[in-house]
Amino acid sequence: MPERTARELFLGEGPGTGSGSQNLYVNLGPAHPAMHGIIRIFAELDGEVVVKGDVEIGYLHRAFEKECEIGPYNNAIPYTDRLNYVSPLINNFAYASAVEKLLGIEITERCKYIRVVMSEISRVCDHLTCVGATAMELGAFTVFLYMIKAREFLWELVEDVTGARLTISYGRVGGVKADLPEGFGIKVRKAFAEVRQVLTEVHTLITGNRIFMDRMVGVGALSAEESIAWGITGPMIRAAGVPFDLRRVQPYWAYDRVEFEVPLGKNGDNFDRYLVRMAEMEQAMRMVEQALERMPEGAINVDFEGREIPVDAYVDRGKQGKTEGLLLLPIALSPNLEGQGREAQRRVNVADKKVVMPPKETTYGSIEGLMNHFMLVMDGYGIRPPAGEAYFAAEGANGELGFYVVSDGGDRPYRVRCRPPCLPPVAALPRMIEGQMVADIIPTFGSVNMIGGELDR
Amino acid sequence: MDGSAILARLRGRLGARVLETHDHLGDHTAVVASEGIVDALTFCRDDALLRFDMLMDLTAVDYLTFPGREDGPRFDVVYHLYSVAHNHRVRLKVRVEQDAPLVPTATGLWPIANWLEREVWDMFGIRFEGHPDLRRLLMYEEFVGHPLRKDYPIERRQPLIGPNV
Repeated sequence: MPERTARELFLGEGPGTGSGSQNLYVNLGPAHPAMHGIIRIFAELDGEVVVKGDVEIGYLHRAFEKECEIGPYNNAIPYTDRLNYVSPLINNFAYASAVEKLLGIEITERCKYIRVVMSEISRVCDHLTCVGATAMELGAFTVFLYMIKAREFLWELVEDVTGARLTISYGRVGGVKADLPEGFGIKVRKAFAEVRQVLTEVHTLITGNRIFMDRMVGVGALSAEESIAWGITGPMIRAAGVPFDLRRVQPYWAYDRVEFEVPLGKNGDNFDRYLVRMAEMEQAMRMVEQALERMPEGAINVDFEGREIPVDAYVDRGKQGKTEGLLLLPIALSPNLEGQGREAQRRVNVADKKVVMPPKETTYGSIEGLMNHFMLVMDGYGIRPPAGEAYFAAEGANGELGFYVVSDGGDRPYRVRCRPPCLPPVAALPRMIEGQMVADIIPTFGSVNMIGGELDR
Repeated sequence: MDGSAILARLRGRLGARVLETHDHLGDHTAVVASEGIVDALTFCRDDALLRFDMLMDLTAVDYLTFPGREDGPRFDVVYHLYSVAHNHRVRLKVRVEQDAPLVPTATGLWPIANWLEREVWDMFGIRFEGHPDLRRLLMYEEFVGHPLRKDYPIERRQPLIGPNV
């Protein structure tokens, strides 16, 4: 083989290619600063123009669907946290709703509102992250910092309710882990004021900014027909002008009882996607405010009248056979056993004892409660939906998040399929970047909002 | 269009190639014979009353250990269709035998079927006839077996790959 010059080797110039030049192949990723998560884009370049792209995924595959099959139904909840880890609450609730559909149970009214509130807060977090990261990759680092600051306020709300910031595991089949804390509405108002200010600042900084618009307008566009054919949902299809929003067209939980608008774009390019996401954040906050206002009330604090006895004294008395009147006695539990007040849990969870764990007081305080708890955690018992299959779709932050659950009548899901909302846009990514410049790959990839957790499962 | 009318229309068009239908939990489902699936999907997509323009999901289920299905066809390939125009859904299924896991491809109808079918091949080992590029999607090419099959043990180790093995 004749010696090749560096230009021939690296730039593909030289003899033997017919025209004197040949296309250059470039790998972006798997570990590339702009590939949020791990993904590989293999691009064929003619000069600076992308001729062909191939996307390779699967680097974050953790056998989510297989893992779901080996434990009871509620065991899958922590795994769903790790699907879309920027808005894990929506995954929790969508999975729980799919199992509830399979069981044929209806959750309580208050729980529906709580799911709406927490989902919409998550949606704002998700859009903030997506827009912030995209802006950062185009050089607007300030926007990223501002938006992460705003997200911090929202994550504090999430932490307040669920006790965790990211891996929240807050949803339960038949309800949620716990009721909203006291004074939550006031905290939400404060946090939203901060978020709204950040959104205004960001609008001022980049929406009309020449550099930002030059990089975003007309780049990575998909028409409405193409978006539909590629199965794209969520903000990306709405940016192409298709009014498809599950919260509007097939309302679930309490979405038919809150008012909101579905922001639409026109051109389906990166700039419209950005605008749709910005507008959706405002709508999401509007929904949270309405839902908090209309949430069916009930006493937040439950008073246990009469004196409390320590739990060990309670157990001792039970062992001695002095059980008379014991059930009526309130007991003082250590904070980690206390869980929710019984009444508070009754408000947010379904009454079906075959589905929802009893409150800790009941478990530790009465034999019926203990048996109820035991039957739900024992191998081979627990939640056992009748044999069948159900598909439940929720509007995730990236689009339709579907769970297809098959039951064989046992206590473990026979099959759990997650329809990841960001897989179709990533599949369509080669189509979006072909004919564009190399530098356009980055904002286009940013606007797809690829989340490795749900893409690779 | 309501679900039972969709199923009736499918039956009217495909006749005996619709093997069975049900509306369990409000999800209207038609089981279609393998040779009729492309016709069924094309009809669903192009018929003016159905207009299922979006292939929402394509996946499979391995019924190897499912009570009552032990002797039946092993796999179901499941298509979830949605119509943006009419806002309705339907689920189509194809039964697939273990010995000949082959289904006609839907890549000619929807481009997204390309990746979804690659995932089903990767996870279940079901081949799609006529697929232009049937590579694994999530796993790597050297992976042995198809992990979502019920007879693939979750703790199985895979042989190491790489230049220095």
